[in-house]
Formats: sequence, C-alpha cells, structure tokens
Amino acid sequence: MRKRKIRFGRILLYLVLILLALTMLLPFAWMISASLKLNKDVFTFPIEWIPKKPRWQNYLDIWTVIPLGRFILNTAKLTIIVTLLQLLTSSFAAYAFAKLDFKGKDALFLGYIGTIAVPWQAYMVPQFIMMRNVFHLNDTHLAIICLQAFSAFGVFLMKQFYSGVPDELCEAARIDGMSEYQIWWDIMLPLSRPALSTLTIFTFVATWNDFLGPLIYLTTTEKKTIQIGLRMFISQYSTEYGLIMAASVVVLIPVLAVFLSLQKYFVQGIATSGLKG
Amino acid sequence: MTDEISVKRAKTVTPKIRRRRNNLIAYSFIAPNFIGFAVFTLVPIVMAVVLSFMKWNGSGVQPPRFVGLDNYAHLFRDRRFVEAFFNTIIYTAVTVPVTMIFALLLAVILNQKIFARNFFRTITFFPYVASLVAVAAVWNALFSPEKGPVNEMLRALGIANPPGWAVDPNWAMVTLIMFSVWKNMGYYMVMYLAGLQGISPDLYEAASLDGANSFQKFRYVTIPQLEATNFLVLVMLTIQCFKVYDIVLMITNAGPGTKTLVLVFHIYNVAFKQWDLGYAGAISMVLFLMVMIVTVLQFRGEKKTA
Repeated sequence: MRKRKIRFGRILLYLVLILLALTMLLPFAWMISASLKLNKDVFTFPIEWIPKKPRWQNYLDIWTVIPLGRFILNTAKLTIIVTLLQLLTSSFAAYAFAKLDFKGKDALFLGYIGTIAVPWQAYMVPQFIMMRNVFHLNDTHLAIICLQAFSAFGVFLMKQFYSGVPDELCEAARIDGMSEYQIWWDIMLPLSRPALSTLTIFTFVATWNDFLGPLIYLTTTEKKTIQIGLRMFISQYSTEYGLIMAASVVVLIPVLAVFLSLQKYFVQGIATSGLKG
Repeated sequence: MTDEISVKRAKTVTPKIRRRRNNLIAYSFIAPNFIGFAVFTLVPIVMAVVLSFMKWNGSGVQPPRFVGLDNYAHLFRDRRFVEAFFNTIIYTAVTVPVTMIFALLLAVILNQKIFARNFFRTITFFPYVASLVAVAAVWNALFSPEKGPVNEMLRALGIANPPGWAVDPNWAMVTLIMFSVWKNMGYYMVMYLAGLQGISPDLYEAASLDGANSFQKFRYVTIPQLEATNFLVLVMLTIQCFKVYDIVLMITNAGPGTKTLVLVFHIYNVAFKQWDLGYAGAISMVLFLMVMIVTVLQFRGEKKTA
C-alpha cells in the first residue's frame, strides 16, 4: 500500500515538473520559432514549431532596420564601465568600514544602509533636474554612469564579506610595514573574489537590463541602450513580428551567456543576501 | 582578544597626530564611493523632500515657488492619484502572496532529489534575469487577443469569447500579475531554497519518528523554520511591487484607460510629461512613505525573530 502511495507521489511530482518546464520554456521556444518566420506566418495556428523554411534573413535584417549594433555597443560600454567603477569604489570603501577605525564610521554606514531602502523612483525626478540643470549631463552616457556606479548596496555587500576576513591578516601586514592601500590591493582584493563575482553579476544584469534610467536620460537615438532601442523598434515596427522576435532573441543572448557561466555566483549571492550574515 | 589589547595599547601610546592621520586614510578609502553617492543619491533624496513643497516646472529660468502643503492637498483631489494608489495596492496585494506561494512550492519541489534538478532550477530562474523588453514582447505576442496562440488554443477548446488580456478592462490587471509572477518567482524560489537548505534534517527525522506524514512535516517543521526567510521575501516583494513601472509600461501601458495606472507611472507622467515637478515630488513622498513603513516593520519583525 505504501509503495503505491510513493509511486503516485512520484508521478504527480513529475507531472508538476513537466508543467513547470512547459510554462518556463514554451515562451522562449515560441520566440525562437517565430524569429525564423515571415511576419504573416508568425501567428498561424496550430503552431508550426519548426518552420519548414526558416527565415534566417530576419537575423540579418535587424541590424540594418534599427542601429542594433550601436545599441549593443552602448549598453556594453555602460555596463562595463559601471561594473568596474562599482567594484573598485565599493570594495575600496568597504575596506575602511570593515577593517579601519575612524570617526563617524557607524553613523556613515547607517546612512548608507538607510538609503538602500529608499526607492530610486522616489528621487529620480530631482536627480534628473540636478543632472540636467546643474551638470548639463542629460542625454549623456556619463549621466547613467554617475547614477549607477556609486551604490550603497555594493558597499554593503563587500563590507559583509570583508568583515569575515580575520583581522590578524591585516595586522600582520601592518607590522610588515604595508600601507593600508597596499593591504587593500595585495590582500583584500584577491581574497574577495567570490564577493566581487557576485557583485559583478548583479551589477551587470542590473545595468544591462536597466530601462527607466536610460528612458529618462537618453533622447538621441544613437546614444540609446539596447532595452530602449528594442522598445523603440517594437513600437515603430509593431507588425514586424518576425523581426521583433529575432531582435529579442539577440538581446537575450549576452545575459543568458553570463547567467549560464556564472550561475553559481548568482545563486550564492541571493542566498547570502537572504541570510543577512 | 590579544588584538583588542594590543590595539588599545597602541591607541593610548599613539599621539593625536597619528589618530588624525588614520582618520584621513580611512576617509580617503571611502571618498571615491561616498562623494559619488552623496552627490547623486543623498542630494536628490533631500531635494525630493524639499521639492514636494514647491511648484516648479524644472526650467532654469523660472525659479521654484514655495507653496507649502498645496501639492499634498492636491493629492486627494487628483482622481488619477487615487486610482494609481489603489491599483498599486491591489497589484501588490495579489502579486505578493501568489508569488510567495509559487516560489515556496517550487523551492520545496526542487529541493527534492529529482532528475535534472539543476536544469529545472535554472529555467525557473532565467526569466528573472532576462531582458524585460524582450520577454514582454513575447508575452504580448502570445497573449494577443486576436492572433495569439493562447486565445487560439482557448477557441480550439470551445471557449467562444476568450479574454482580451492586456486590452480588456477586466483582465488587464490579471495579465499584469500573471506576467509578474512568472518573471519573478525564480528569484524568490532561490531565496526559499537557501532557507530550506538551512533546516536541519534532524528535525524531519524526529517528525518521522513521531509518525508525521509529508503534509504534517511541511506544516509543522518547514513553515516555522522558514519564518525568517518568509519575512524577508514578503518585505522585498512588497517593496518591489510598490515600485513597479517597467512591467506596466510594457504589458498594458497603464491601460486600458487608467485601469492599471500605478504610482510610479503617475510620477513619471506628472514629472516628465506635465513638468509639474513639485506635485511629482509629493507623489514620490507618498511612495517613499509606503516603502519606509514596510521597511520599519521589517526591522521590527527581524528583531522579534532574531
């Protein structure tokens, strides 16, 4: 009797799993399938999953219809610069919070943490006004960089990690005559590779997928990022379904690549942020 | 222990000059990040509060004008604000529990020893990192009322009038919520997975010895042990739902009409379409307050469970 119950449980489990796989994968499968069709064939029903004559031409057309290459370049440029700046300034500052003692340390750190809770959407308007009226940085990539590169979250993440590094390591280095800057560069940075990887991934994905920021700041088409560009494309060519799907597939590939290769760090990052060590 | 003593001794022996120098060194570490942070985050936050008491259209020529609580008074008379506020609450009130339930169930299922477990975890998580624009484009195509495969399938099954999804006043919010849950549940599933893996197997063994079946184990061991994770997921999800904008823009564009208008959407329109910056500031303060309340509740709750 018990055996039958277990088998029934297992069958149910696998049914649920199949349902899950379908729910998560079908949209993407449909997307790829549609990207290889002529516009008129995209919505044929019953669905022709594998098109008889795949229209690879779609993947060539998208580069000329809108400046997709330029958009990808812009986004890559922003993502790389922001990620590098974040890694450097966050870990630099985090070292001080974790390993050095100074006046106002606790109050300052509390201030950092406090702002993580403030939603960006609540101050995005005055921020834009300041960027435009004071710095004249509207419609520049520099604006986006300034907004994203100095995050409180990065400092928090790195500080959590550095706090776990034994103080003895730094003390020994100080006795050896190393300056604090040398300690940071030669000891702390190499040690913090896991935390840096996690921060890299989160920053990469956040910047690559950022929509509202570039929407507000970037008005010249040539400067736009991939998310805004794709959106512009979809609204301009709303009936070119094949092309839209092809462009969407292309947009998904970089993040998919990063995600698959660094999956472990993603999961670790979310897990540790949840445990609030 | 020895470090503390040696540091204390070093401090009392060190002259004032060295302490000041240490302070300066520390500040130099913080400076790059802090300066950027202060200028681009702290200043705007303060400005947001100040701006809510002003009337300004953002031009460099016409200066802001102090209007006291006018903007806040306007909130109550603004039909769109009231709609946006309630839509945001409704969206949050449904999305949060639904996402939590799915995320938890998926975590429990995918914590078992099953074939290709990592594959299933990956595909559930992927929509979260995938580009919203691309994924929304597919979703909109799939759920297109006239041509989309979903409605074609429903018609094939005999349903004569399938829902209008994103353009249907009765289904727009539902469509939005469905999409949200689908896209985000993977992220929270990972959080629950971490929580589940922190539960000691001894507890389950003890429950088995007491004769508990699977459901009882879930109810009396798993759920209580997940209290901290549950709480964190609840707070993060709630704040995320309060801030929603991109999803609404892509799937329903706040429509039909203002059926799915949400707070941030209204802020965006008031600020960047009507250039009524002071009023936008006031709405922003409402959003800020909502998030603050949830955050404070989180701190209090954490102290309780800690």
